Amino acid sequence: MFDDFFIRALVAGIGVAFVTGPLGCFVIWRRLSYFGDTLAHSALLGVTLAFTMEFNIAISVFVISSIIALILIQLQKKTNLPGDALLGLLAHSSLAVGLVVVGFLTFIRFDIMGLLFGDILAVSVDDLLIIWIGGALILLVLKLIWKPLFASTVNYELAEAEGLNPDRAKAIFTILMAAIIAISIKMVGLLLITGMLIIPAAMARNLSSSPQSMVIYSTIGGLLSVIIGLFTSLEFNTSSGPSIITAALLLFILSLFKIKQTIKLKN
Amino acid sequence: MSTDQNILVKLNDAGLQLNNKWLVKGVSLQVEKGEIVTLIGPNGSGKSTTAKIALGIYKKIDGSVEKYTNKVGYVPQKISIDWTLPLRVNDFMMLTESLNKDTIDEALSLTGVIHLKDKNLGDLSGGEFQRVLLARAISKKPDLLVLDEPVQGVDFTGEIALYELIKKISDELSCGILLISHDLHTVMSATDHVVCLNGHVCCSGSPMDVAKNNEYKALFGEQASQILSRYEHKHDHIHTDEGEIKKN
Repeated sequence: MFDDFFIRALVAGIGVAFVTGPLGCFVIWRRLSYFGDTLAHSALLGVTLAFTMEFNIAISVFVISSIIALILIQLQKKTNLPGDALLGLLAHSSLAVGLVVVGFLTFIRFDIMGLLFGDILAVSVDDLLIIWIGGALILLVLKLIWKPLFASTVNYELAEAEGLNPDRAKAIFTILMAAIIAISIKMVGLLLITGMLIIPAAMARNLSSSPQSMVIYSTIGGLLSVIIGLFTSLEFNTSSGPSIITAALLLFILSLFKIKQTIKLKN
Repeated sequence: MSTDQNILVKLNDAGLQLNNKWLVKGVSLQVEKGEIVTLIGPNGSGKSTTAKIALGIYKKIDGSVEKYTNKVGYVPQKISIDWTLPLRVNDFMMLTESLNKDTIDEALSLTGVIHLKDKNLGDLSGGEFQRVLLARAISKKPDLLVLDEPVQGVDFTGEIALYELIKKISDELSCGILLISHDLHTVMSATDHVVCLNGHVCCSGSPMDVAKNNEYKALFGEQASQILSRYEHKHDHIHTDEGEIKKN
């Protein structure tokens, strides 16, 4: 069944969407879009490392992204630079270093476009295992830290005062971010991963009145984006990442009509 | 001592320094089960900071905090909630602990906002939100309640009712309450122990002890002192153990 590259891509994409749905809501709630971008940019370094050392891409990306996240936390503590400057610094320098390293790797045939924008032809059966097992683990951990993470997103001091240990939840969530980027990089491409996280969640915000319903809509939006995007990619021979993100954008635009109605009702 | 088992939180010479400036220094106090301890003091005297130290929100403090319970309900003075979150009152009630429907309904009814249960949190008025905050804190049936100006923005009749409710909760749940309030009338009617802060503990004791204290008079003025003595006159039946920190 998994012989067909398209079926593999579809199964991989659906696996990714199940994880990006809930995680994307937190990215929006906690204002982490640029943090996600920074981790994704640093993923290129992870990929090149994987090629040089003949190592699994997902694991290598996960390790490098986690290290970048740790460096960011340290820089935030030790410097007086604002957060967005630090994010930009890390994002662009790790992307640059990654591209320089790619330049040295002339002995390997390198599909840089596939890396940046996703390539459905590249999804192997091993990747499916990584996406579904890794994805299930991410969701399990997210469920375990949901209460403290959500409470501290609403109000840090309430969560801390009432004994929920929000700092630990935040640290674990950072690792989950690195993990989702690692497992979705082949599918969506490193430049568009954050789009996969935030656009379905943004669409869901327009439709929902409670956190739970936002998570559900966000997951459904992600699934639809993947399915529509991949069929488009197959039909018109476009890169998988941009096709999925464009589908997500269309869904977001559709969701705007729903908001308009509620605003009208309020007036 | 048997009373030691009743201690919920204890501050030993606690203080907090930020950017080489002391926000509050050398505070020692304790809250026991069934007791209401009230912090009073002018603006910037470190009341909220002291409450947060007691809650363990600040990590790098001077002195020490001993907290003997994890069942805590907190009503902060200022709360910045990101209204981009889709959050109804009902979701907010379950923020730090999963509660069943009856518990939530009961708490919301007690503070008079049951009709707002399915409303978006961002659509509430200041006073309504304050009532929801209080309902959330008491719904957990905590051992320790920390209330930082819990009735700010609440209408006059509501204010009295809510203070009565707080008193009732303290009796029924026999939880300890650390209260911050500007309303000296209320402070004196329901409190077992008053701590008067001004960057440090300027005086503490039973409400009447504090009222007679000269430092207190200097800080709040002669008038505030008179409020208290007038109060003493009207309601002396409540304080049967004058001068005692604990009520019977």
